[in-house]
Amino acid sequence: MTVATTDTAAAAPAAARGPRANPWAWVAFGVGALYFLVPLVGMIEFSLRKRRGTYSFDAYTSVLGDPQFQQTFAFSLVMALVTIVIGVLIVVPAAIWVRIRLPWLRPVVEFLTLLPLVIPVIVIGFGYIRLYNTSSFLPMTGTAASTNVLLLMGYTTLALPYMYRAIDTGLRTIDVRTLTEAAQSLGAGWTTILARIMLPNVFGAVLSGAFLTFSIVLGEYVLAALLDRPAFGPYMVALGGNRAYEPAALAVIAFAITWGCMGLIQLAGRFQKHTRAART
Amino acid sequence: MSYLNISGLQKAFGSQRVVKDFNLSIAEGEFVSLLGPSGCGKTTVLRMVAGFETPSAGSISIGGQDVVGLPPQARAIGMVFQAYALFPNLTVAENVGFGLKVKGTGRAEREARVAEMLKLIGLPDLGARYPFQLSGGQQQRVALARAMAPKPRVLLLDEPLSALDAKVRVALRNEIRAIQTELGITTVFVTHDQEEAMSVSDRIVVMNGGIAEQVGTPFEIYNRPATRFVANFVGTLNTFEARVEDPEAGRVTLGDLPVRLPGPVAARAGTTIGLALRPEQLHLGRGPDHEVVLPARIEEVAFLGSVIRLRVATAGTRLSLDTFNRPDTPPPPPGAATEVSFSVRDMIVLGG
Ligand SMILES: Nc1ncnc2c1ncn2[C@@H]1O[C@H](COP(=O)(O)OP(=O)(O)OP(=O)(O)O)[C@@H](O)[C@H]1O
Ligand SMILES: [Mg+2]
Repeated sequence: MTVATTDTAAAAPAAARGPRANPWAWVAFGVGALYFLVPLVGMIEFSLRKRRGTYSFDAYTSVLGDPQFQQTFAFSLVMALVTIVIGVLIVVPAAIWVRIRLPWLRPVVEFLTLLPLVIPVIVIGFGYIRLYNTSSFLPMTGTAASTNVLLLMGYTTLALPYMYRAIDTGLRTIDVRTLTEAAQSLGAGWTTILARIMLPNVFGAVLSGAFLTFSIVLGEYVLAALLDRPAFGPYMVALGGNRAYEPAALAVIAFAITWGCMGLIQLAGRFQKHTRAART
Repeated sequence: MSYLNISGLQKAFGSQRVVKDFNLSIAEGEFVSLLGPSGCGKTTVLRMVAGFETPSAGSISIGGQDVVGLPPQARAIGMVFQAYALFPNLTVAENVGFGLKVKGTGRAEREARVAEMLKLIGLPDLGARYPFQLSGGQQQRVALARAMAPKPRVLLLDEPLSALDAKVRVALRNEIRAIQTELGITTVFVTHDQEEAMSVSDRIVVMNGGIAEQVGTPFEIYNRPATRFVANFVGTLNTFEARVEDPEAGRVTLGDLPVRLPGPVAARAGTTIGLALRPEQLHLGRGPDHEVVLPARIEEVAFLGSVIRLRVATAGTRLSLDTFNRPDTPPPPPGAATEVSFSVRDMIVLGG
């Protein structure tokens, strides 16, 4: 009690200097940080204990050396990148078109892009299997390649809410309609407008959409399992069922990848000269 | 002879007819302003010329070529927007060079043209900056340079100055006019500021409710307004009701004062017509050869600098009166009794 009183007394002049100086803010921050850090540290610590009695990277070498890890990770990585490209190619023109030509359609489009969040993935998976099974009019589950296409379609759908929202928010920061008209009057066609004006201006938004897509695809289990594709999600689940230390190591690796992506986004933001001062 | 030709132009949004039978011919190198109140369809006309809206009816031709079927990017038209609309991700030089790059102009030629344009707008050293590092006036200059760099056939400006503050607005409008004259580019300028339109235009189109009410030089528009709307919209006006006595001879009565107008009147005897007088045609005291003299009382005095604007009450109506400031003659105080006079020759007969 006494300690608390002296604390507040000391804090009074400090608080006047601004929220940063308020010790309670630091306490809240510390509690929040502990909430995230303790499990993380625990997990890292656990992942290092594969060799009895001493810390080692055995679990990591075991995971990274596993050819299945390499294959599934590479598979999901490629799927994620392709999903991002498809998503950007669909969403950027669509969002722009809705903004300049069909503003009344906006609520409908927003509702549509929310559907993947409302409808469970398993419904989409079963739907695909029913529609495209080997005895259907379009047997897309017949070959590995066509099943991959199906999986990509599913991934694109799952990523749609995030991609659309990210890009639409990015478009909100510029006057899409007038910039388009300005470019048109200077002789530019749609490809030029998209590539030289729109994409560079929503680059940050596209990146964050891409990043979210990336993590969704890497972690996705249901669709890949239903369609029986060798993706990273099913691998993680299988590993979690069979081993003790490796799943923890895998989680740390996934975490590192996530943070790497966030760092890259930050870095890319720094390289956009035209917004540097506008942001601060 | 006429370079940009608009005839029978119409535009309806749903059931709302925004532009109704708009006609205009503009000669090559001419500077024409579209002037009118908000919502009268100025922007819509401009956007149809640029190709951003499709006319419901009518034709638009540039240099003899019908452009109605052409998309905006094929029209070779330069456009300057109220909101500047510079590309935020490109530098000033890249913005100005955008149209040339799209056209496929070679790098050396492009850079030379960009440098030339930046010099013309008085910002030769700002090529490497980004738009957010410029003031509003500078941004609009860059937008002007960007629109003109690819040598468009027609330059369209939609209220390019209304986002700027008063001083910059006046400086920039003169600059736009100077650059336009130097390059000899055919220009259509949209504004709802009559002073702006009068000071820079070769001709003014006064628009109202989707039609061109009058097309003429600023001098004609101001001194011989064709319609009541034009007379009221452009400048300040004192209006009078007069009863027609003899239309052929131009004899009317103003109150109970018989007045003989310089020409015949297009109205039947016994009907009422509107007459108008600019404040500067009304004279404090008895002027030389002013036929009409009215007793008056000063109500308000507004000192505007070179001009003093008085409000006087006379024969039941209030009139505005402008007189030049003279250092040796202070304006009369409010409440003072005086006389005002004018000449019937200066009266404007208001049409429909
Ligand atoms: N895309 C559109 N859909 C429906 N109505 C429109 C559209 N564009 C313009 N209008 C209507 O047409 C009328 C004329 O608009 P316009 O923008 O041409 O006026 P303006 O003379 O430029 O006015 P301002 O001086 O305010 O810019 C307005 O009543 C406006 O509401
Ligand atoms: Mg307008």
